[in-house]
Formats: sequence, C-alpha cells, structure tokens
Amino acid sequence: MSIQIIKAGILDTVQDGGRFGYQHLGINPSGAMDKYAMYIANALVGNHPEEAVIEMHFPASVFLFGYPALIAISGADFSATINGDPVAHLHPVWVNKNDVLQFHRPVYGARAYLAIAGGLDISKWLGSYSTNLKAKAGGCHGRNLQKGDEILLCQSFPSTPGQSEFIVLPWKADDQREDIPNEIWVLPGHEWHRLTTESKENFTMTSFVITQQSDRMGYRLNNIPLPAMTNEELVSSAVSFGTVQLLPDGKLIILMADHQTTGGYPRIAHAITAHHSKLAQRRAGDKIQFRITEQAIAENLYLQQQQHLQQLRNACTFRLQQYFNG
Amino acid sequence: MNPPSFSYRIFPLGDSAITIDFGNCIDEQINISVLSRFFQWEQHPLAGMTELVPAYSSLTVYFDLPKVKKTAGNITAIEWMIEQAEQRLKENIFLQETPGKMMRIPVCYDSEFAPDIFRLAAANNISPEEVIALHTSKTYRVFMLGFLPGFAYMGQVDEKIAMPRKPQPVNVAADSVGVAGSQTGIYPLDSPGGWHIIGRTPWKLFDAEREEPVLLQAGDQVQFFSISKNDFREIQNSALLKESSQGDT
Repeated sequence: MSIQIIKAGILDTVQDGGRFGYQHLGINPSGAMDKYAMYIANALVGNHPEEAVIEMHFPASVFLFGYPALIAISGADFSATINGDPVAHLHPVWVNKNDVLQFHRPVYGARAYLAIAGGLDISKWLGSYSTNLKAKAGGCHGRNLQKGDEILLCQSFPSTPGQSEFIVLPWKADDQREDIPNEIWVLPGHEWHRLTTESKENFTMTSFVITQQSDRMGYRLNNIPLPAMTNEELVSSAVSFGTVQLLPDGKLIILMADHQTTGGYPRIAHAITAHHSKLAQRRAGDKIQFRITEQAIAENLYLQQQQHLQQLRNACTFRLQQYFNG
Repeated sequence: MNPPSFSYRIFPLGDSAITIDFGNCIDEQINISVLSRFFQWEQHPLAGMTELVPAYSSLTVYFDLPKVKKTAGNITAIEWMIEQAEQRLKENIFLQETPGKMMRIPVCYDSEFAPDIFRLAAANNISPEEVIALHTSKTYRVFMLGFLPGFAYMGQVDEKIAMPRKPQPVNVAADSVGVAGSQTGIYPLDSPGGWHIIGRTPWKLFDAEREEPVLLQAGDQVQFFSISKNDFREIQNSALLKESSQGDT
C-alpha cells in the first residue's frame, strides 16, 4: 500500500495541524499553510481532522498509486487529472492501482492538499507528521517530496467495481470561497501605535503586493515604506502565524506557518485566524488589502468556520457510510 | 515567597494568544520570574492554554479559541484569558534561581571558524586574544530560545566585546558562536544571520535524531572554553564514531 512520486514538484511536503508545545525550544509549529483546506480534504475521505496530508505548490508532483485508495484534493485548484482525465476538486475520488495523479495549471490559489483515506504511514517527530524544513525533521525524511519517494498508506482499500475507471463520488464540499479574496482582516498589534498617522492611513488605504521573496516562513510585501515614530529596539518575544512585522526599512512581512518562534521587529498587526486560509492561498504577485477589525468579530468568524467544518465532517461520515456499506 | 513587584502589561498577540510583558529588557531577575511562571504554568496550565513561550522579559500564552469561547460567556475569549492570567499572576511565585544545568561548551576560536573576530576586536580596540579571553571569562545565562530550533540567547557579554549586529544578514555555518549587542549565541543550523561570528563549537546544539533534540534550555548556565583546531577535529570525530557505533548496534 503506497503512493510513489514519479516526478517531483517544486515544494510538496507532508503536513498536519502542526507541531505544538515546542516553541519554547525554538522549534516552530510548521503545519499546513491552509489548515481549513486540509480539514476539508480530511473530512471528504473520512479522516481525523489533523491526519497527515500532502501540501503542494505549483508545479506539483506526479503521483502513482501502488494500490487502490480514496483521496480528495482541496485548497488551490491546479487542474488535476487522473490518467489524463480531469478529476473534480473537493470531491472524494476512488482511485485504482496504477492510476497517475497529476496537476496541469494553477487555476486558483497557491497551495493544494491531497488527503488519502486512513492517512500516511510515516512516523511522527515530536508529536507531529509535519515537515520542518529548517530542522530537516518530520514528514518524509524532513524534506520536500522527491522523485522516487514512496509513501506507505495506513489503510488498504478495495478496487473500484470493474477495476477500470476511477470514480468521483457524487458529493462535494462547499469550499465557501471567499467573496473578497484580497481583503485580509487584521487586529492591531502591540506596536501599532508606533506608526505615524500617515503610515496608519497607508496601511489600510493602499494595497500591498506579495513579493517573490515569500514562502512558508512568511510573505514579504512590496509596499510604500511605512515610517514609524520610534525605532526603539525591542527584545525578542513570541510571534505568531499572521503577525505583520514592520522591518527597519518600513516594509512589511506577514509570518506564515514556518515562522520563527520569536522576533524583535515591531508587530503592527495580526491577520485574524479566520483569514489565514485565504492568506495562504495568495500567490507572489497578488495584491492584498488590510482591513482593521475587532476581536469579537475575529472570534465569531473563526467559530463559524469551525462549525462549518463540523457540519461537513458529519455529512461526509454519513455519505461515506451510505456509499460503502449501503 | 511573595510575588515580586515587577509591573506588567498584558496585550493580545492576534486573536488566539496573549503576551504578558514585564518590560522589554534583558534583566536576569525579570527573566527568572518569567521562567518561574513558565515552569509553574506548564505544571498547572491555564484553562484552554495550548502552549507557553517564554522570552527575555515576556511570557506568551497560546490558547484554543473555540474552547475558551465556550466558557467566556459574554466577554471575548481574549478578555477571558487576560482575566485568567491576571488572577494567576497573583499566585505566589516560586522563584527558580538556579533551575538549569551548568554546561561547559568547547569553542575553537581559530580564524578559520571566526570570520568576524578581527573586525570585532578592531571595533573594540582590543586583540583577538583578548576577545577570546573575555568571551571565556564569564558564566552566561540562557535567557531564552528562539529564532531557530535550539538557538539559545545568552548574556551578557563583557561590554568590551559587545557590538551591534550587522545591518544585513549573511550566511552562517551551523555551530558558529556569535555576538550581537550584549548577547552571545550559537547557530544550531546553517542559516542567514547578523551576529558577529567569533568561533565554532564541535558540539551539536540541535540534533533532530536525539531524544532531546535541543541541548540548551532557558535558565541553563553556560561557560565557554577555548580549544585548538586539533581538539575540535578530535571531538567531532569521536562524536561521529559514537554515532556510527550506535548505528551498528
């Protein structure tokens, strides 16, 4: 029971909900950039929400299934095919032995997720399957997937009836694609007051381009410099996914899943957790716009997402049982 | 012991964490009280807490937003966590003055491993030998870990070898020993960095394969001692031998 990488993508890694409890040792949480998408993919195949998935960037790997499996693809739409035939996004898909999954075009978003029913048979490092690229640990040998890698699966699955074609199961997750994909809501950070009045205005009134120097650690933004009123140094303290730091040259960086555990740059804002998913789907070259919101709204939006996911899990469990146990 | 009289501020770090800030400074007494709270709260967590991150003069509490929201009632989860932290900060603190271990770490200050030692010496009008003597003269406190897995921020160095960090980061080899401001530290991994590199240790500060991947912890005491290039190679080789013999068994 395995899948094999027959062509490597640019940056495909094994990720899960993240490695928590080790930040006091400087070990960052890693984990899926778009956890919401990861939860959806896992729900579609009936997995535990935090089960290991494969996070893909474009161009993505080409996968060969060594065994039948139930899979789902979520997050970015890279126009997937199996054996050359288009395969629907956000559906459970039943594949056979020797099926080849590949991705052709980045239609939407930056990161796609592949979940496989039963999960990946790899060992955890410090309680998590996530790949920590810096520490070269976790996931598949602590690195991105390479040609020839074979990942064992935890669960065997029967072939499709007739064993010929893959089957797209007839239900779909509502991905609730955001209506304003470029708008990222933030809460003011502790050093927000350091910005001049003009900088504050520019922060919310102008848009910010995500530069090429953006990766799983963080997005560097190309913005008109935002001068601060003071450059008083800060001693290092904790920073988080979504923290917007002001660099000495007035440019901004948004910390993402592989962020450092601590930092000493002014924290002028924090992207709300409910918007981490849409932030993770923005690509280099995309423009984003910040909008300041408040804690109560941030909390409600996050809870709504969690409720939506729970409903999806319940529905998927029911549909999968019906489908396979009739 | 009575709670120390350090004043503090609590502020949100995004929607799912709060930071208790004891004053943006590098101060041993404040750091002792931060770590004491850290050890205490690790043993007796706040309700809904998922992770604690101590730093020089602050303690950050991450929490499970949906879980906390359920108990928070009419107030926000953040407000509820701040209230909880304020209550817990009134509890007696058991100061752990010497909670950590004492480590003597070998460092080879040979120029091959110390690309910045001449510049640092020149900037402070002393010789490289004096840099080595001063760097090995003190016992340092590990104030915190951060930046990279296992990167220990230690201090404080003699002011005669202090130097502001480089304006632009350069590539730094793993195990390099550096100075920035009044801090000293060891890069556990190859990384860009802005610290002035004055030597290298044959020890592994971080090893993902080890049961305890990280060698130093906040609260530990560290002394450096100077070794020759030969000693450096020997220690490195014996570590490799140990690894391969472990591999055989």
